[in-house]
Amino acid sequence: MIPIQLIQETAEALMDKAAIEIPQDYLDGLRAAANTEDGELSSFVLKAMLENYEVAKKDRRAMCGDTGVPRWFVKLGNETQVEGGMVALEAALRRATANSTNGVPLRPNRVHPLWRTDHNNNVGIGAPEIEYGFEPEPEGEWIDLITVHKGGLFGTDYRMLFPSDGIPGIKRFYLDSLMAFGKRGLACQPAIIGIGLGGSKDICMTLGKRASTLRVVGSRNSDPRIAELEDEFKELGNSIGMGAMGFVGKNMVIDCNIEVGFCHTGGMPMSVHAFCLSSRRAVARIHADGRVAYRTDPDWFTDYQRREKIDWAPFRAVAE
Amino acid sequence: MSGPREVQLSTTPSPEAVSDLRLGDVVYLDGLMYTAREGVYMRALEDRANIPMDLPSDSAANFHCSPAARINADGSFDMGAVTATASFRFAKWLPEWMAKTGAKLIVGKGGMTSRDYKDYFVPNGAVYLSTVGYGTGALLGRGVETVEAVHWNEELGLAQAMWVIKCNRMGPFIVASDLNGDCLFERENAKIAENVARVYKGTKPAVLKRYGETDDRTDEVI
Repeated sequence: MIPIQLIQETAEALMDKAAIEIPQDYLDGLRAAANTEDGELSSFVLKAMLENYEVAKKDRRAMCGDTGVPRWFVKLGNETQVEGGMVALEAALRRATANSTNGVPLRPNRVHPLWRTDHNNNVGIGAPEIEYGFEPEPEGEWIDLITVHKGGLFGTDYRMLFPSDGIPGIKRFYLDSLMAFGKRGLACQPAIIGIGLGGSKDICMTLGKRASTLRVVGSRNSDPRIAELEDEFKELGNSIGMGAMGFVGKNMVIDCNIEVGFCHTGGMPMSVHAFCLSSRRAVARIHADGRVAYRTDPDWFTDYQRREKIDWAPFRAVAE
Repeated sequence: MSGPREVQLSTTPSPEAVSDLRLGDVVYLDGLMYTAREGVYMRALEDRANIPMDLPSDSAANFHCSPAARINADGSFDMGAVTATASFRFAKWLPEWMAKTGAKLIVGKGGMTSRDYKDYFVPNGAVYLSTVGYGTGALLGRGVETVEAVHWNEELGLAQAMWVIKCNRMGPFIVASDLNGDCLFERENAKIAENVARVYKGTKPAVLKRYGETDDRTDEVI
């Protein structure tokens, strides 16, 4: 049984880390980009960003004034029980979101879409989003809390493509998204670009968002042909000649992650997402004995999350 | 590589100081700056509420920003990170706002179009400064010496309220328009446009079209 108080305390610590500390994989990626950048203005921008990450950590202040829209991804081991049940877990995550908005402080970005009501704590109808995943391994009781504070206005698009559009059509929509939202740096690039392919419309968006936010720089899809596409798309995005803030430069894409899901036989839906210069994510695993291990890799896309068959082999053996 | 020129500028700048700015200069600001975005514009211009500051003598710098900040129980303020929001959405209010407030520095994200600059920035002797990144929130937060006031918090909420901040070498910002009405971002777009045909080679238009679709990648969506 995972203690509920520990969940809330850990969640508050994660809110703080996400807002303030740039994840190491993104930092390494941006340093590498800064080393290759020769556009005068975009090079200045990347250096300023690297300095900004240092200042944020030193001052313990959020790295960006727009602290995004906090959300949660929760993963549980198959045997895990939470003290008070899942309703208590959701209340703890909502409390942590509100407390940390006031504590760090974060910007209270969340408002009602029509009435613009602001609770000044990033909590409201459907906010923060809480999504779940389950894992057969490792055995035992554990829970992963992942918070992502993604920006929300630019750099994202969805389109229903068709099988006849093929890879050339996918490439064009990818480039269109980079061109449209990269100009003037609206997408706050260089970014981790996530592409969702397949699923139904909502799942296509979910896949792409998770590809950008729940996979780290340098990771590759377990399907080697998709991994090749990821390499190719990263290079393609960086060959546009557009850098940070839409200035002339060679670094637009820190990495490109693609996730897929089975879709309708007639279609090929596609979504594109950009996880910005302030790629805010933080992760912790809580064990039933009270141990908490912090990390920055959500490790969301396991073989189990990408499973293709009806049953998961080790469990099928148990069932039989 | 020498990098861009650095300039220290007052938030109530002289006409000479403004006309001396060149596209791509890096600016650090001193003096009072206020945040105003859709909430403040609507309240001041559409609801005709009295602006609770003496503008432009207190400040001629309008920041398109809402900070990550809190108001403490004792009425004091804590401001953490500060970054801008995209400015193009505010074009409908800016001509009237500038005429009313005498703003000379519009500070935000991504700039406006050269048409906006020529139509009402240049006649008002104003230029646009862009934040860097985006966003160097922690760096800019360090440049906030004090929060002088928060106006209209009850009416608009923390994110849309009018924050008055005292800047102490606050920056960096990049000069994105000048008194010719030239636009830094459009200059960069034009250079990048030369690559479009090469980059798009081997791609093809989607079989299902969309309303309003353009195939001209030198266009902008703003």
